Amino acid sequence: MSLDILVPMTLTVIGAATPLLFAALGELVVERSGVLNLGVEGMMLAGAVVGFIAVAGTGSHAFGLLAAALAGAGMALLFGFLTLTLRANQVATGLALTIFGIGLSALIGVKHVGIPIPALPKLDIPGLSDLPVIGPLLFGHDILVYLSLALTIGIAWFLARTRQGLILRACGEADLSAHSIGYHVIRVRYCAVLFGGAMSGLGGAYLSMAATPMWIENMVAGRGWIALALVAFGSWRPWRVLFGAYLFGGVTILQLYLQGSGILSIPSQVMSMLPYLATIILLTVIASGSWRGRLDAPACLGKTFSPPS
Amino acid sequence: MLLNINRRRFLQGTAAAATGLVAVPGLHSARAAEPLKVGFVYVGPIGDYGFTHGHDVGRRELEKHYGDKVKTTYVENVAEGPDAERVIRQLAQQGNSLIFTTSFGFMEQTLRVAKQFPKVKFEHCTGYKTAPNMSAYNSRFYEGRAIVGHIAGKLSKTGKIGYVASFPIPEVVMGINATALAARKVRPDAEVRVVWVNSWFDPAKESDAAKALIDQGVDIMTQHTDSPAPLQVAEARGILGVGQASDMRQYAPKAQLTAIVDEWGDYYIDRAKAVMDGTWKSQSVWYGFKEHMLKMAPYGDAVPEALRKECDAMVADTISGKFHAFSGPIKNQKGEVVVKAGERMSDADLLKMNWYVEGVTA
Amino acid sequence: MALRFEPRKGTSRAMLIATPLLAVLLTLVAGVILFLSLNIEAGAALYHFFIEPLESLSSIGEVLIKAAPLIMIAVGLAVGFRANVWNIGAEGQLTLGAIASGGVALAFWHSEGAYILPLMMLAGILGGMAWAAIPAFLRARFQVNEILSSLMLSYVAGLLLSTLVYGPWKDPEGMNFPQSRMFNDSETIAPLIEGTRIHIGVAIALLVVLVAAVLIERTLVGFEIKVAGLAPAAARLAGFRQNRLTWLSFLLSGGLAGLAGMLEVAGPIGQLVPVITPGYGFTAIIVAFLGRLNPIGILFAGLLMALSYVGGENAQIAVGLPRAATGVFQGLLLFFLLATDFLVRYRVRWIHRGRQEVRS
Repeated sequence: MSLDILVPMTLTVIGAATPLLFAALGELVVERSGVLNLGVEGMMLAGAVVGFIAVAGTGSHAFGLLAAALAGAGMALLFGFLTLTLRANQVATGLALTIFGIGLSALIGVKHVGIPIPALPKLDIPGLSDLPVIGPLLFGHDILVYLSLALTIGIAWFLARTRQGLILRACGEADLSAHSIGYHVIRVRYCAVLFGGAMSGLGGAYLSMAATPMWIENMVAGRGWIALALVAFGSWRPWRVLFGAYLFGGVTILQLYLQGSGILSIPSQVMSMLPYLATIILLTVIASGSWRGRLDAPACLGKTFSPPS
Repeated sequence: MLLNINRRRFLQGTAAAATGLVAVPGLHSARAAEPLKVGFVYVGPIGDYGFTHGHDVGRRELEKHYGDKVKTTYVENVAEGPDAERVIRQLAQQGNSLIFTTSFGFMEQTLRVAKQFPKVKFEHCTGYKTAPNMSAYNSRFYEGRAIVGHIAGKLSKTGKIGYVASFPIPEVVMGINATALAARKVRPDAEVRVVWVNSWFDPAKESDAAKALIDQGVDIMTQHTDSPAPLQVAEARGILGVGQASDMRQYAPKAQLTAIVDEWGDYYIDRAKAVMDGTWKSQSVWYGFKEHMLKMAPYGDAVPEALRKECDAMVADTISGKFHAFSGPIKNQKGEVVVKAGERMSDADLLKMNWYVEGVTA
Repeated sequence: MALRFEPRKGTSRAMLIATPLLAVLLTLVAGVILFLSLNIEAGAALYHFFIEPLESLSSIGEVLIKAAPLIMIAVGLAVGFRANVWNIGAEGQLTLGAIASGGVALAFWHSEGAYILPLMMLAGILGGMAWAAIPAFLRARFQVNEILSSLMLSYVAGLLLSTLVYGPWKDPEGMNFPQSRMFNDSETIAPLIEGTRIHIGVAIALLVVLVAAVLIERTLVGFEIKVAGLAPAAARLAGFRQNRLTWLSFLLSGGLAGLAGMLEVAGPIGQLVPVITPGYGFTAIIVAFLGRLNPIGILFAGLLMALSYVGGENAQIAVGLPRAATGVFQGLLLFFLLATDFLVRYRVRWIHRGRQEVRS
């Protein structure tokens, strides 16, 4: 491997990290409001298949993205109704949502297997995209890559600097107090859950429209679970989640490139373990360092809120 | 072993006995209205557009060929292990007289159920164990791989051929080697670069693996995973590639050179006929171009006319037995001669192949 | 008019029985709509889903052997979930149990004796515990979030098993296929009842349920676990050590998952193969919560879950219901069960506007 491979390799890493980042950022907002939705995989699949069908039917990527976000949000609405209105257990409902989503997406996508669609176009900025190194790294991506980065900034700002963000965090840290001050805990959580669903939908759409423009049953292949783990890796902070998504994507891609270079002969199964081990080890290093004690999950995470009467 | 004969099993038993005795004319006409029930057990979803999809195409051909005379049932996404055994048994109990189990990991389970249902015929794909009522069948995919290797050797500019691979089982190892041998015959410095994704099926990861290969100089992409993703990447990056399991031209109209197409339909039609005729016998078959278990998809525009002729000749020579992909001299990665000039590797050695030939980086 | 939810004092016993029935009824209605929209005979599909698996002893046995690992793992997980310890990695612990017990089986492959199976069982439990000890240690020592570590370790466990069966533990006579030797007769669990596949694991699962039910209700540790989950602050005040509970929860759930893994490989599988479990470790999480983290509830939840899997296969075979529709149907069943559970805990009343409204 030589240095000039770094630029294309980084591009591949971005492609691998982006769907994870969307889903993880969405789940982060959900969890910060105190809700644990384990249905990310199911919502991503819903977004992937609906986005794909929309593009296949209309030819419009914008419409496809909108449809994917709505599909994810629709699944999240189901989750929200069960857990927030009917106060069902969040963990079980989330897992049921995944089972449901895997089945439903396969069912509605069955006629679309084996059909190609045009990939989400890369934004080509004349002049800038052609610059050496910086051009492809900064200017040659599709809209979702930029959107994912903008959303990282936006969510970080929202949570830390806005009144609504503060309310959302209050609902996640101390739901009863938030309620007693007069905030609508359930309403806030509904918004968070719907946002999370839309983000998962976009993450799924990235796979079926940009990374591999095709629909194949169960094509999310477990990325929803990784996204879920990344929220914990990032200790519920957007920038660290961004770091986690790029770390996980980076190590995954690095081991593929290493295999392709043929310079190492390690069993491929061992190589495939690397991204999982890397996230555990790095989180341990972070946790044993100076950030220790700031890694806690939102206090109300996963707990059903029942307003006192 | 299975002693609980409930009503359904009893009925099934008599039905199976009747199918076994179809030679008796009276019984035959009495049973003529009853379609032959054929069961299929798939490891993946039929929507995988890969291996399982290929078998399901074969199943549909079987149904189409016999119309009302055959009724097929399939169970998809069956986990290897205890679940598979239950599904296979259930199919046998439901009166299926012929059952195809299409994953290596179903071998022991098929064997177990076969022992309990001696009247039912079982056909297991890609394994090696058989029983009086259980056959093994597989396709000589490597014959197609050799054609691919030949094309790749001729058309590659960099001499680097990419191979996105699933798991290092003999089937996959054999395919990699066949590709490398054929490529190096026409281009002695050709090398096959392998990236394992440790999955049969993960489109995004397959696509990333393809990118990793292309970024390191590969200009022909081949694969032994299920999705069209690597081929799609080849198209997007402007290099050439080869389809897997079915003609994938729609995903890569410019890039697809050809594809190794699985053709299970003829075999399924033959075996169903054998059961209907009462001539079914346990066998272990490994079919190739000759028996139409695989074929090459129509060549893409990137394959020049002369090369097409060479490939067609290779296919013809494979069928006539003049050409064999694993003819010596074959060297291993260390450069030691493993198969001497003038010799051919035996089927037994091929089926358990676990070493790579010279020119493979895996 | 507005809906008003009033929490019940304690749970309603009548509702405890009525709600699952209501859920099943709703699922049946939804199922009819789903199946009709797929052009599938709804009555037949439902029959094959819910009734057929219970019609013969051998197919009841299939439900039981599918339910046993789910129940066993879920009971272990429930203890942790009650104490706010999130072990999402039972799948990996099960796999390690399979690896450890399979390793023993391969080491003793040339031997025979009644001691081998207990040894395998012990190895399975220890294997599961060892894998669970990693997230427990990381959580107790470094505050590393266990959702991340246990989940990631599940993937690592799968790859570890893969490395072994593709490499050193490959059957020397197995044509280089990724599988170990078949275990010998001293290393496999024979079915308990002739003509079925019911094995000792079913009895063990039942035993686990009973023991857990007693432990949680009758012992101090059980009390600590309950309090730690319900009121962490109070638990700290009372001097219950969170770390101790973390360790306890992980070792218990890991050990049970490992045992389940041992029972799978020594039972119906009979060898090590690249994938041991069709997602038991994840499904058990649903089972745990569906059973309200209560061992007896988990028993029923596990049986229902297993029934839905076996029934789904049957419906696929008998009426051609696609696998995907089975997933949708399972999802609906779970949704209705979870939704109606509400009625156990809350009274629903219509109230007229004008009266005091309760903030949502």
